[in-house]
Amino acid sequence: MRPGPDESGPAWDKSHLPVLCAKRTEWLRGGGESCDVVMSSRVRLARNLAGFPFMPKAERADREQILELCRRQIVAARLAPQHMWVDLHSASKAERSLLVERQLISRPHATGKLSSGKGGAGEPRAVAVGLPDEQLAVSVNEEDHIRIQVIRTGLDLAEAYRRADKADDALESGLEFAFSPVFGYLTACPTNVGTGARFSVMLHLPALKMTGEIEKVKNAADDMGLAVRGFYGEGSDAAGDFFQLSNQITLGKSEQRLLEIMQDEIVPMVVEYERRARDALLGRRRRATEDTIFRALGVLENARLLSVEEAMNLLSRVRLGVTLRLLTDIDPDTVCHLFLLVQNAHLERTCERGTEPIDRNAVRADLLRSRLHARPG
Amino acid sequence: MLCDRCGKREATHHDLVVSGGQVHETHLCEECARDLGASTQPTGSVSEWLAQFVLTPPTERPKRSDAPLHCEHCGLTFAQFKKGGLMGCPACYEAFASKLVPLLERAHEGASQHCGKVPRRALSRSRLARDPEPEVESLADRIEALRHELAEAVRSEAYEKAASIRDQLYGLTRPGTPDEDDT
Repeated sequence: MRPGPDESGPAWDKSHLPVLCAKRTEWLRGGGESCDVVMSSRVRLARNLAGFPFMPKAERADREQILELCRRQIVAARLAPQHMWVDLHSASKAERSLLVERQLISRPHATGKLSSGKGGAGEPRAVAVGLPDEQLAVSVNEEDHIRIQVIRTGLDLAEAYRRADKADDALESGLEFAFSPVFGYLTACPTNVGTGARFSVMLHLPALKMTGEIEKVKNAADDMGLAVRGFYGEGSDAAGDFFQLSNQITLGKSEQRLLEIMQDEIVPMVVEYERRARDALLGRRRRATEDTIFRALGVLENARLLSVEEAMNLLSRVRLGVTLRLLTDIDPDTVCHLFLLVQNAHLERTCERGTEPIDRNAVRADLLRSRLHARPG
Repeated sequence: MLCDRCGKREATHHDLVVSGGQVHETHLCEECARDLGASTQPTGSVSEWLAQFVLTPPTERPKRSDAPLHCEHCGLTFAQFKKGGLMGCPACYEAFASKLVPLLERAHEGASQHCGKVPRRALSRSRLARDPEPEVESLADRIEALRHELAEAVRSEAYEKAASIRDQLYGLTRPGTPDEDDT
């Protein structure tokens, strides 16, 4: 392992990704406030450098210059005790997938493609990840020049925003951001203009899914102007009963107000719905609920082939069983970690067998069996 | 004179084009002129039209030109923006302001005015920050107060006052205003 950071640049690079791979990730740590329902809280701030075109109009030379300016400032600002810098244009697909699975970069940033379809894997772009906790990640040359992200376990948007705001100030001390007194922070897409702030929570809602009430929640969220997405953001499905809720409005309300709406008004309401649905499952539907949960565990402990989607849906039921105290001998942390380990890139890295390609579904089933059998009792 | 296009309504738009020694005349009624993009009548109520005019700073008002609305800085046309959904550069926001405001209002629950964090650099460029002991909070408060005054002035249709507040707001944080050039 290399020494810590110094004035010359980041200490870690993509060669250290395998070290991260073995670690648990903040967004699936499973702790903090309301962690039975809220997996994690995330704040994202979109910023662009004044004097440069946005990504759709940026030439390669612009992108390289933006990347270098941002890299220097990220190093100088010391945003975290240590950080890892990954140039995504020179990273392999597997390395980029690892970062996506750890929610350190978005899927579009991994591919380098803009929503217009322009761009590709070779576009100059990077991510800086704050270590050791991976709570902070700064994407450079995504849809916007800079996207600051802070993830905290459980419901903790306030602290996530405090940290993102601090990082924003630190970056702004050496970079000039495009800003208009009327429109606020200027972003490539007008749906992000103003505060450029997106407040999201990742919710685990297995009971609402099982009782069929999830559609009502989705419709209500839609009426309240919120976006509902799946496990890996835009365009992804809700595998494992994970739903990401975030504000769509970024203009006309302050960061503090957007935060309050999400943290104090919306999330507690959804948490309450999910808890009520869980109570209902334990009431008149107890036997059927137990059956579903124990069958899920049975399959995970015995199956020989498991797809990522099936594994996640079964793990979701097992996690429900743990939170309902129907399964008492399974470590909740292990279940949370398994959600990450069954993802393709993590699975390949964890179960590397020389250069031979692995049968992912077989390896995934082996991994789940061994990890779940290793439990005490 | 009846409209050349529909032949029913009275023509109110008269165009005279001389080309290759030939004179081409077109006479259209208001409705057909609007269909063909030639109308000069504002749509919507007069108060809506005035409010939009006042809220758009003079520098952002579209100039009369035959060229399609475009950003002079990066060359992106409004049509290209509408197709791709992404702006070309920060200057696009000013270039497209008049057409952008209704889109922003639709996307942001009726809002088209930022309310929130202001970067320190923008603050330090402002006139108030030239004070020997600039107070970040007081400037942010001042901007906030002006925004409220502006909204109130527009609501009560006091457009002259609204225009003056708008200019103050712009002068407060906008880089390169004339009286800052001497610094």
